[in-house]
Amino acid sequence: MRDLHLQQLRLNQTQRVRLQTALQKLQDVSPSSAAATVAVADNIPVNHEDGVLKGHGTSELDGQVVATLCGVVERVNKLVYVRTLRARYKPEIGDIIVGRVIEVATKHWRLEINFSQDAVLMLSSMNLPDGIQRRRTATDELNMRSIFEENDVICAEVRGFQHDGSLHLQARSLKYGKLKSGQLLTVPPYLIKRRKQHFHHLENYGVDLILGCNGFIWIGEHVETSNGVMEGDGGNKVEESNESSSHSVPLGEKGQRLMSLETRQHICQIANAVRVLSTLGFSLTTEGILEAAKASISLGINTKDMLGAEFHVQTAEREVGRRMSLLRKKG
Amino acid sequence: MEYVKLSGFRLDGRRPTEMRHIHAEVGAVANADGSASFEMGNTKVIAAVYGPKEVENKGQQIGNKALVRCEYSMANFSTGDRARRPKGDRRSTELSLVIRQTMEACILTHLMPRSQIDIYVQVLQADGGTRSACINAATLALADAGIPMCDLVTSCAAGYLNSTPLLDLNYLEDSAGGPDVTVGLLSKLDKVTLLQMDAKLPLDIFENVMQLAIEGCKAIANLIRQVLLENTKKLEYLRGT
Repeated sequence: MRDLHLQQLRLNQTQRVRLQTALQKLQDVSPSSAAATVAVADNIPVNHEDGVLKGHGTSELDGQVVATLCGVVERVNKLVYVRTLRARYKPEIGDIIVGRVIEVATKHWRLEINFSQDAVLMLSSMNLPDGIQRRRTATDELNMRSIFEENDVICAEVRGFQHDGSLHLQARSLKYGKLKSGQLLTVPPYLIKRRKQHFHHLENYGVDLILGCNGFIWIGEHVETSNGVMEGDGGNKVEESNESSSHSVPLGEKGQRLMSLETRQHICQIANAVRVLSTLGFSLTTEGILEAAKASISLGINTKDMLGAEFHVQTAEREVGRRMSLLRKKG
Repeated sequence: MEYVKLSGFRLDGRRPTEMRHIHAEVGAVANADGSASFEMGNTKVIAAVYGPKEVENKGQQIGNKALVRCEYSMANFSTGDRARRPKGDRRSTELSLVIRQTMEACILTHLMPRSQIDIYVQVLQADGGTRSACINAATLALADAGIPMCDLVTSCAAGYLNSTPLLDLNYLEDSAGGPDVTVGLLSKLDKVTLLQMDAKLPLDIFENVMQLAIEGCKAIANLIRQVLLENTKKLEYLRGT
């Protein structure tokens, strides 16, 4: 938790006390495994007879295993490593990430993804908009800017590291690609857990939520990804949808569809729920985000007031209740 | 002037081997990857770390390790007289270099090839010992940013006035013109990474003064460890499972 953000909340005396009690309770109910935290240069106790594999965040000094990072010691069989908390994103193959294009270069785009280097998305490792599988020609190269431009927010998957150490991405499915009409939020990556599902369609809100493993969260208007386009008959489909939309929804200046006010409000509501949870340092899951959004409705708190002190305190208290009940179920 | 009174106390009421009150905090800058504030008595410093990130100037990129950059600045309001300080004057360039070299010695740069780490330290209140305070703040900020380091570098100064070794000089004692020894120490490895003195001292006295500064470094290292450990624990239990 960044205390800084909480200081800026201007809690009154009662709220401060309530928040402190809630946080104290969270500390009390947290499992004892959380006690295995280390700071830089702490010794990590290991059993040398069993043999030790030193993983990330460890080094050896005088025959002892020493941490080189602040974090939590994790042990898998013989492997001992330190899981960091507040650190930059560490990619793993298959991660779903959200990133921002910073450069259109020859045959590839460079993306900022909160990693120690920029990621590379090759033109050859993404589906073309027409959906046809073929060699990329020089014309395709010239038309790269029509696919992604600088400052576009896109969603992709980590393909792997190249032998020169650069990180490559791929976007070989319709669910990946450019993200339009929505909000991008950045949170510390440790708050997002790797799961089976990172794309969520929140049906009640008509909103898409993408929890990128790199800590970039996209909240945008729901887009239908029809499987038909993948087969290659995308051309007519797109025209159809354009026609139908021109009847129902007013068009903006550049001929884009305008989002309804309701959807905009829902996007802000979900975004503020994410902001509150990340300020408090709670892990971000769809359930948690939805619960926070729902609570704001049931408590009659306006979207703009969700970032106020009262809602933060209430969210913290709700989290205490949730974790208590989880413990009770287990015990 | 009498810097150590007959009663054995210094001008600000400390004993010769007593440090000023220290307060360290992690998380002072919202948008930085890691940040910290560090106070020693009236000296107050904040540090922010950005990175490891893509190298901004491709010409500076190093193929097998990270590039470490450091910028030291002093706020206009940090000293008694409000002076406009031009960026990049001799003093701040020298201090930037000192801090950069000290931090580079403890960062495991080979783990982050082709990337860059920016360290920004700013003095908010200057009351002697800014050099040490900056290094301590930078260490905290780097640890907060999750950058791998072989050990925590901590720094402390000691001086020699009225034929007494004094720990952690304040501005008044610093400006007395006596010797001022600043030591940077890797406390676990027991290695000195920084040693500065711009005066003359007999060797036997120098050793005493340096030993005193090393003791101070160790005390600070303990405190910084506590702060980091507490912060990590808090982040972990808040995150939950």
